[in-house]
Amino acid sequence: MPSSFMQFADKYLMWKEGPMIWGSDVAILLVSIGILFTLTYFHKWKWLWKEWITTVDHKKIGIMYLICALLMMFRGGADAELLRTQLAVPNNHFLTAEHYDQIFTTHGTIMILFMAMPFIFALFNIVVPLQIGARDVAFPYLNAISFWLFFFAAMLFNLSFVFGGSPDASWVSYPPLSELGFDPGPGENYYLLALQITGIGSIATGINFLATIFKMRAPGMKLMRMPLFTWSVVAASVVIIFAFPALAIAIALLTLDRIAGTHFFTILHGGNPMMFVNLFWLWGHPEVYIVVLPAFGVYSEVVATFARKRVFGYGSMVASLMLISVISYFVWAHHFFTMGAGADVNTFFAIASMMVGIPTGVKVFNWLFTMYRGRIRMTLPMLWTIAFVPCFAIGGATGVMLAAAPADYQYHNSYFLIAHFHQVLIGGTVFGLIAGMYYWWPKMFGFKLDERLGRWAFWFFNIGFYVCFMPQYALGFMGMQRRMYTYPANMGWNTLNLISTIGAYIMGIGFVFIVIQVIYSIKHGERDLTGDPWDARTLEWALPSPAPHYNFAVIPTVTDRDVWWEMKEQGRADELKPKEADIRPIHMPKNSSRPFFMGLAFFVAGFGFVFDWLWLGFLGLAGVAVCMIARALEYNDDYHIPAEEVIETEASLGRLS
Amino acid sequence: MGRSPHRARNLIISAAVLLLFVTGCGPQYMVLDPAGPVGREELHLIILSAILVGIVIVPVLILLFYIVWRYRDKPGNTAPYKPKWSESKKLEFVWWGIPIVIVGVLGVFTARTTFALTKPPAESQNVTPITIQVTSLDWKWLFQYPGQGIATVNYAEIPTGVPIQFELTSDAPMNSFWVPQLGGQEYTMPGMAMRLWLEADKAGTYYGHGANFTGEGFAHMNFNVIATSDENFNAWVKQVKASSPALTMAGYDQLKKPSVIGTKSYSSFPSGLFNGTIWADGGQYMPGMMKQTGSSNSTGSGSHGAGNTAGMSGMSGMGNMTGNSSN
Repeated sequence: MPSSFMQFADKYLMWKEGPMIWGSDVAILLVSIGILFTLTYFHKWKWLWKEWITTVDHKKIGIMYLICALLMMFRGGADAELLRTQLAVPNNHFLTAEHYDQIFTTHGTIMILFMAMPFIFALFNIVVPLQIGARDVAFPYLNAISFWLFFFAAMLFNLSFVFGGSPDASWVSYPPLSELGFDPGPGENYYLLALQITGIGSIATGINFLATIFKMRAPGMKLMRMPLFTWSVVAASVVIIFAFPALAIAIALLTLDRIAGTHFFTILHGGNPMMFVNLFWLWGHPEVYIVVLPAFGVYSEVVATFARKRVFGYGSMVASLMLISVISYFVWAHHFFTMGAGADVNTFFAIASMMVGIPTGVKVFNWLFTMYRGRIRMTLPMLWTIAFVPCFAIGGATGVMLAAAPADYQYHNSYFLIAHFHQVLIGGTVFGLIAGMYYWWPKMFGFKLDERLGRWAFWFFNIGFYVCFMPQYALGFMGMQRRMYTYPANMGWNTLNLISTIGAYIMGIGFVFIVIQVIYSIKHGERDLTGDPWDARTLEWALPSPAPHYNFAVIPTVTDRDVWWEMKEQGRADELKPKEADIRPIHMPKNSSRPFFMGLAFFVAGFGFVFDWLWLGFLGLAGVAVCMIARALEYNDDYHIPAEEVIETEASLGRLS
Repeated sequence: MGRSPHRARNLIISAAVLLLFVTGCGPQYMVLDPAGPVGREELHLIILSAILVGIVIVPVLILLFYIVWRYRDKPGNTAPYKPKWSESKKLEFVWWGIPIVIVGVLGVFTARTTFALTKPPAESQNVTPITIQVTSLDWKWLFQYPGQGIATVNYAEIPTGVPIQFELTSDAPMNSFWVPQLGGQEYTMPGMAMRLWLEADKAGTYYGHGANFTGEGFAHMNFNVIATSDENFNAWVKQVKASSPALTMAGYDQLKKPSVIGTKSYSSFPSGLFNGTIWADGGQYMPGMMKQTGSSNSTGSGSHGAGNTAGMSGMSGMGNMTGNSSN
């Protein structure tokens, strides 16, 4: 009996892998016990269940996305610190090759799919319905399913660290390296199944928000009156809907290769790994636009608000968003210029890739000229937006340099590339997400985040960023490859790597300051009593912070772009307060526990297939089917909030006119 | 009047020099220090593209600092405030137009270089090229010289001033063959043969490494390319032929197994090994590729037959692989 237990422990709990795993096991156990204890001690189970787990309210789903995204940013960031620690000095033995491979794989996967994606979905959920004058998203129940699919996929992916082993074939997981022959462990299965599950949720979110924006705008909000953040969500959703199915297919086929013994991408029996590479990047490149487009939307809102000026060149801004989403489909082959495509193919994709720089550059100039002749207030969201411009300009410039195919022969897989994509993904996406978080934080929680701590975070993160990534461009020119767990001492790479690692630590301190800032502000942050703490321009700021769960007591009529600003200018702001006589009962979706259980069923299915325990896998899928059938047979999934209750709520908020 | 700009310039130059010394700059910047025409052509494109993008980002950075400073919200700021000014066709025409022109120019040069690099370097068009067949294995590089009949592991010698046609494949996960000072990389892929022209015009030892991640031993997959004069190269070939063991099929199967090893030399290799590897790894599905690898050399025996036998052994090799790793 003990020997079979030891076998189990060796195989699944990875006891022989050393103190890092033990430490994580203990930490996870303690945190879990801590959470259970706290919830029980404060009698919060019912609250958690009723208010959060079963909710279909877009604002709460958005907040849950945000919390998860920040936690995942912590996990991915901790991975990054481990990687940089290993590379700080040559011939280092802090991590073994195997651990290093696992950590860069999880770092990349988590940052893209379990940090950036939920972060943009957080902003989608929190902002879009409020900004377009809607009461909810088009499919609230589906929205909850999307969240729980993401949540349980993230759990499944993270579980790999302590149960069975993490994936180690890199976040792109090219076959044949990711095939059974070269990568037998369960880690790769975790990767494939977690991505599949979260991908289903992402596609649904894309559909949901496209439908929401096209069908649920308040009367008078023509397309060309929509706020630019909403436009950026349109662009991103379009890309999601077309790109994610390619990923779903690619990883489904690879999963079949590994689990069912097919040979789609194996080198024998007629498979071809190039097929995977094409499908992967057919999603993978548009994916970077999926995460950066909403950030562009954030910058547009923030710049206009804090320069107190209309966005410059609105038409161009919309056109460039849509142009980027179209061009994003003609650039995927630049990820494998050096995989033997002909000169004609490379030239096409090189020029298409450079073309992305055109609409992006136009946006940068439009943001600059939005500030021109404005009055710029240096708030936290604005600081991050201003810092974004030089960072993204340099990152975009190196992007155009990478797009020149023959030059890419020298950059490809080198640290030059690493520096470039971190610069655009952090400088473009993460800066935007953080700016968005600061900007809409009062709307979510009813208080502002502390400015002083936020400035410490800003400077640490930004200075750390340049210290970390600028040396990596140089390392690329020095011939250093990505994904090397160690390097010899005589290459001249030592000093720059050490500097880069120091930069990574400084960025880490910046993140810690954000954590401190959030904790401090919960108690001491400035309360937002007006609903419009920034003196902003769009409709969401016409509501109290946080907004009541039905959003608008009376749906507003939109007469202009920046309608809230215009009304304030004309002294008509009170018109957006509801009159008692106009208030009708409000039709709302009922909460449901099924999205949660459906996510759980997907988790069980995923877990089963990871270990080839087919009975468990199919049991999980049966659970999914049961949830779907139950939904199909459900008739009472909505209710009305009585007018009196709405009047009472609005009166207590002091909003009845 | 003339002093302070001078001083500023001197300061900048000495700061730049200092930075280079601090970071230990010099020949270690391999990409910027090419030793052959291919690397040089790529460097030209790198410099051209850097200048072209500089034309856009320098004004952006200056504008940003100016605008943020000029229009900041400070009491007593006299800069004009025009909250409704949000359109200017003229301005937008400028910043739609300039990047289009820049992309156009860069696109033309990119296309030219892309097509140029598919052929041997122009200046050595009259020199008979040498073919070296490169196979990436777990975790080592096998170089076969079909013209010379020898093979090496983890190092290659080449004569200077002669275009080298590297034919690349992989008998393991795909990797990427990169010798930064000679020129950019190209992937090695199972079941495919790809071609990369490189040439060294200076004698020297050039660092090379696999650039695409292939698992645990990846970090140790480096090799040297040693460029020497024609005589030295021929002498080296003779010496390898005379004093090194032969690479047998059994020896190759041993070599294929995942391991990290040092350098090796072989006086001969099994005929048709390179093409056989491609066939074994799925090359039969892309016969077009096979013509490219031109077996006009010592393989002699017709790659079809050789391929099929090698194919069988290759498959069993794959079977071993699976067996090994699941243990």
